[in-house]
Amino acid sequence: MTLDMVQMILVTVLTAATPLIIAAIGELVVERAGVLNLGVEGMMICGAAVGFAAAIETGSTLLGALAGAGAGLGLAALFGLLTVGLAANQVASGLALTILGLGLSGLVGAPYVGLKRDPAPHLEIPVLSDLPGIGRLLFGQDAFVYAGLALTCAVSWFLWRTRGGLILRAIGDDHTATHALGLPVRQLRFLAVLFGGACAGLAGSYLSLAYTPFWAPAMTAGRGWIALALVVFASWRPARLVAGAILFGGATVLQLHAQAASIGLPGQALSALPYVATIVALVLLSLGRRQGGSLAPAALGRDFTPHR
Amino acid sequence: MTIAATEPTPASGDPRPLFGAYGIVKRFGAFIANDRIDLEIRAGEIHALLGENGAGKSTLMKILYGLLEPTEGVVTHRGETVRLASPEAARRLGIGMVFQHFSLCENLTVAENIALVMGKGLGRRALADRIAALGRTYGLHLDLDRPVWSLSAGERQRIEIVRCLLQDPKLVILDEPTSVLTPGEAENLFAVLERLRDEGRALLYISHRLDEVRRLCARATILRGGRVVGACDPRTESAGSLAAMMVGEEVRALTRAAAPARSPLAGPERLRLDRLSLPAPGLHATGLRDISLGVRGGEIFGIAGIAGNGQSELFAALSGEARAPEDGAVCIDGTPAGRLDINARRRLGAAFVPEERNGHAAAPGLSLSENAVLSRYATASLTRFGLVRRAAARALAARVIEAFDVRKTGPDPAAGTLSGGNLQKFVVGREILAEPGVLVVDQPTWGVDAAAAARIRQALIDLAARGSAILVISQDLDELFAIAGSIAVLQAGTLSRAVPRAETSREAVGLLMGGHPVVPPGRIREGAAHAT
Repeated sequence: MTLDMVQMILVTVLTAATPLIIAAIGELVVERAGVLNLGVEGMMICGAAVGFAAAIETGSTLLGALAGAGAGLGLAALFGLLTVGLAANQVASGLALTILGLGLSGLVGAPYVGLKRDPAPHLEIPVLSDLPGIGRLLFGQDAFVYAGLALTCAVSWFLWRTRGGLILRAIGDDHTATHALGLPVRQLRFLAVLFGGACAGLAGSYLSLAYTPFWAPAMTAGRGWIALALVVFASWRPARLVAGAILFGGATVLQLHAQAASIGLPGQALSALPYVATIVALVLLSLGRRQGGSLAPAALGRDFTPHR
Repeated sequence: MTIAATEPTPASGDPRPLFGAYGIVKRFGAFIANDRIDLEIRAGEIHALLGENGAGKSTLMKILYGLLEPTEGVVTHRGETVRLASPEAARRLGIGMVFQHFSLCENLTVAENIALVMGKGLGRRALADRIAALGRTYGLHLDLDRPVWSLSAGERQRIEIVRCLLQDPKLVILDEPTSVLTPGEAENLFAVLERLRDEGRALLYISHRLDEVRRLCARATILRGGRVVGACDPRTESAGSLAAMMVGEEVRALTRAAAPARSPLAGPERLRLDRLSLPAPGLHATGLRDISLGVRGGEIFGIAGIAGNGQSELFAALSGEARAPEDGAVCIDGTPAGRLDINARRRLGAAFVPEERNGHAAAPGLSLSENAVLSRYATASLTRFGLVRRAAARALAARVIEAFDVRKTGPDPAAGTLSGGNLQKFVVGREILAEPGVLVVDQPTWGVDAAAAARIRQALIDLAARGSAILVISQDLDELFAIAGSIAVLQAGTLSRAVPRAETSREAVGLLMGGHPVVPPGRIREGAAHAT
């Protein structure tokens, strides 16, 4: 196997991992604030449909991506209103959001089925992008890939290096205590939900604008659920999330190659790998932490209603 | 009732009070939590706020800290009307609060918890320096990088106090600050409070413990049913007269029936633990190590200790929520029961009252009669062919309500609508009316007002007098010294040797509770943490 073949595989893995990274980093922020939004799949698919439609109408990939993020944000606002504002059950609202998103995306995307446009442009730096072995991997990706990695670094910095991030983590740990200290529990949770929605929408628009540059109904194919599993797998830490996304992306790519090479394993078993990996990771993590403290944000999924 | 309103001269010479609350009314729907309350707090005084559960103390405190907005009334600061729209606003005016149920995030470090309320632009290093300086001044040491879940209650309270003092407050509100502390830790706290007072700060001190109030406070405001019913100088009152003002009636002194007078050796041994060991069941839990004890009929056996030293785990092992590895580790009336479940143990004549009223002892959303079924269906004939006999359940609930004077609204209300003290009377009464041979009670009067507490304690003494063996787990030393015949201390999952009440002292028990290795000679004959 030559160096270029290795690079080829790594490039495919990284592109498969990118939508997972973008959607999961948004959900990580939401869950760190103590909210469980199971509607990632729905927000993602809406982002894909709206992003593609906007890109076709305006001819601009950037505007398409922004529109996709906006679509996710809009759905997230609805979710935030229900769960943060009105303290509705988060699990039920999230599932409903996924179903709503799948339906809406079909409606928005219907006129655009079968249309094609050029994928998002890749970075071209003379000399650097053509370096053997690493050029395409490091300097030849499209803007989404770099955005996803930059987003991860930014979130990591925000959560552990800023006051806002500290307050967000504190709210996710104990909303009663933080409310008693006068910290804006519901406002910050709502903002976190909006951020998560925008990320999911952006991840969706990556699928329809760069990964496979067309719109097809249900094209997210469960990536929203993988992103949710990924947050747990990463034990709510951004760096582990990137590693997990590459692992999960790798499993997706491996599954395609395995089917092409027709090795004995059924494709379904390989598609299930990320979920099996999540369960194994959860078991290992909980075995490793017997002494105290909790890995998950302690207030995750719990409703909060202050009374004044 | 005596109202001795002594007005000490304000320390600052400013005739206006530092903070005043006038005509405060707070309604929650039809319920009036605060009814035209007036309160004045002066610089340089420790002002006590006394009252039973539900008297409106917490509501008033939350209004002063900006957590609740009053329906009517004004708060003033040096005579000027101020609006406390949020705790942030209250902090800016110099009001700080030390919560009873600490408002700390368990998975954050000490430093992070403190940084939460500090303003923007304060670096980690600068914050650490300020915390260290404050710690030296007041003797409050903190380990900044430890996560809060790994700390004891006393250490957690230190974080709360340091966090409050870092903002240089003019008024510090303390809600039941000693309820989770060992006597030694409480002494340290009092020293800090007295020092704060001498610095000219005002302190609003809320406590059930009248001795502390009489020792620390120069003025007290007493609330009952949401109204101010009196003001006095607690130093000139007795604990009894203060309690009488709080409850509006003289609290009955406990009548000791035959039980403690009779030698505990008289009855047969009805509950026995034999080298019970259990691993810690969860992340925040404590394992039990080699716990042995015996409780005879007619005896009340007290287990003291600070929360988190294995009380919940011991209760679970006694009730059958956690099973022991061998049958012989727990014996009820001579029958090995270590691996039996809760109902099997109930059928052996045992009954259990867990610490947490809402959610453990009672399901808050279910009615009282349904809650009666929940713990009694195995032993009282409340079901037939798997169907609930509603009339029998209601009759049982009515008997409990009658016998224990449970105050409620409506004929069969949801358990969650009762006040803490009344629900506690109900869950204790539910078990006592079963006439259990063995009763295990965890924190029988936690957060319960004086009148209800007296009633519950009396019921326990009476039950013991009828020949039952009673095991009381409590963090309230006053309670144990009032009712228990012998006392042992649970510390870090091990039980000290049981000592007859008459042969020990609060100080000795307090030292054991703090895990103190050195026991003053002559106080307790046996060293700490050795099972018999």
